[in-house]
Amino acid sequence: MGEDLRLTSLTKRFGAFTAVDDLDLTVPQGSFFALLGPSGCGKTTTLRMVAGLEQPSAGTIELGDQDITALKPYRRPVNTVFQSYALFPHLSIEQNVAFGLRRQGRKKVDAEVARMLELVQLSDLGRRKPAQLSGGQQQRVALARALINEPQVLLLDEPLGALDLKLRRQMQIELKRIQTEVGLTFVHVTHDQEEAMTMADTVAVMNEGRIEQLGSPEELYEAPASTFVANFLGQSNLVAGAVSQGDGERLVLDVQGTKVLAGRQRARVTEGKVWVGVRPEKVQLSAKGEVPESEANVLAGGSVSDVSFVGVSTQYLVRMPWGQELTVFTQNTGSRERFRVGDGVDLHWRPEHTFLLDASQDASAGVEREDK
Amino acid sequence: MTAAGHLPAGPVESTLVGDGDEGPRRRGPAGYLLLLPGALWLVLFFVVPTITLISTSLYDPSGSLERGYSMTGHVQNYFDAIGDYSAQIIRSLMYALIATVACILLGFPLAYAIAFKAGRWKNVMLVAVIAPFFTSFLIRTLSWEYILGDNEPVVSFLRTINVLAPDGYLLDTPFSVITGLTYNFLPFMVLPLYASLEKLDPRLIEAGADLYASPFTTFRTVTLPLAMPGLVAGTLLTFIPSSGDYINSELLGNPRTRMVGNEIQDLFGAGDYPTAAALSVTLMAAIVLLVFVYVRRAGTEELV
Repeated sequence: MGEDLRLTSLTKRFGAFTAVDDLDLTVPQGSFFALLGPSGCGKTTTLRMVAGLEQPSAGTIELGDQDITALKPYRRPVNTVFQSYALFPHLSIEQNVAFGLRRQGRKKVDAEVARMLELVQLSDLGRRKPAQLSGGQQQRVALARALINEPQVLLLDEPLGALDLKLRRQMQIELKRIQTEVGLTFVHVTHDQEEAMTMADTVAVMNEGRIEQLGSPEELYEAPASTFVANFLGQSNLVAGAVSQGDGERLVLDVQGTKVLAGRQRARVTEGKVWVGVRPEKVQLSAKGEVPESEANVLAGGSVSDVSFVGVSTQYLVRMPWGQELTVFTQNTGSRERFRVGDGVDLHWRPEHTFLLDASQDASAGVEREDK
Repeated sequence: MTAAGHLPAGPVESTLVGDGDEGPRRRGPAGYLLLLPGALWLVLFFVVPTITLISTSLYDPSGSLERGYSMTGHVQNYFDAIGDYSAQIIRSLMYALIATVACILLGFPLAYAIAFKAGRWKNVMLVAVIAPFFTSFLIRTLSWEYILGDNEPVVSFLRTINVLAPDGYLLDTPFSVITGLTYNFLPFMVLPLYASLEKLDPRLIEAGADLYASPFTTFRTVTLPLAMPGLVAGTLLTFIPSSGDYINSELLGNPRTRMVGNEIQDLFGAGDYPTAAALSVTLMAAIVLLVFVYVRRAGTEELV
């Protein structure tokens, strides 16, 4: 494609620490692309290298057919929305927004500045100084200041990180609307999986300087490629198992002595030891001994160890006979049976919701710590 | 875990709002009481001396210390002082101006380096800037007499490389006086500049680069305007004392580099209080006028 952003073997080392490790990535023109990962995974460093604010230790950055690896930041057709916005405090909102155009030698900028302020719905505040604006307004100024230059790629470095939850949701919708409207390539760096999934067409999950998996939000969620992705994007139940029959369209597994089925297309491994994974909302609970639908995978003999009611759903923790606690989310539709702590339950889910991961991976990789 | 586990990172909302929402300030006697020592100090050591100085400048010049002075409203003192010493006044302001510019040229890179490039050496460098103050002003200035002396290494070297003529010299020239002024007042330029630059978010410089501004343009449109408060403060702290200084001219200059401070000192020494006072007030007025114009310009100038 014409103006795709292409990173090839991109590497950045800070002393002995490798922040970005031999990264290959293509961001198609006009897409909303998210780089998702925990802090320290190298996503911001990657972004800064694309912006030209950091020099790669190795590898190339290409935009269309132009190699921009060695280009100074002020010569790149790329603009950044900084995490802390970095608005110029001595300039008015209008002057902030006009800054890029003026530096490119444009004299008449008023009409465009007005149009841009309208786009981000700040038309009345053009003469104010950044300090007189709220966080959400400043964020929109930062966006307008970058967008007005019509960069080939707009880089967003955790642009919503400093906003409170409600404002963040609102800005997510707005950002998505603007991206659709202007049709530019957006590369969005975030550690918020929900933000990445709601906004981006394509999400690349990064961990320790590498890309773990790249795909649409649905693909990543329904068929994670690694335990890290399975845990970082939403939650997963991962149970140790082994493939006993790996020939057919359906794999037959042995999980703690129970026969479990899995579809081939969501299996990353098809033989030997595996992690058998299923998302908590895919699992259903039924009272002990009640026979569920015949096709379902069943893990029997659980006991409810914790119940938390969260409005739309109820989250259960179920202790299994082999000691592991599994998570189950149940929609509070009113038609489902409610369970209490200590109740004996069986877990069941549809075979096609099962995914299989390499057993050599750490089952707790990517699990978010509460103190984060 | 769900997204609810995330806490927003980065600056908190409250830091983004200006000083506007502090609410009405409480009034009470405590505030005024706290002002009292400062106000007393000002009255005693600024207001009273200034009034005394101005009234002295209007005394009858035919008086003397022994016979006493009579207050005659003798405005002619000013015309005499300006007539006799205009050269020194202009020279003082010129020297002070050159020294201030030199301080900016030397001090800005230094302050910038300390603020952005010094890393863990920041404090060491700051101490190094202030360290000369541990020695007396007089001693420091005297040592320049040695540094710039005719048979000392600096002059010898400059003669060798033909920057100076074989019989050329540096001491007792306007150059040595201005060098002395620059040296002595440099810290007063560096410290306020450092304070301004230190507050500057390096991301703003990155933002400048990201928005098509070359390093020089970023400096002109972002760094410099944001360093303006420090630059103005530093300029005042350098220019004002330099204009009235007489030590550097006394120790490092010659009779043709005399500054107005030297003349005022001599006039007071000779007992010509009215002329000395008139000259002092004239210098003060000139400085106030220049500073006023400068601050107005620096404050309102469109810098982008």
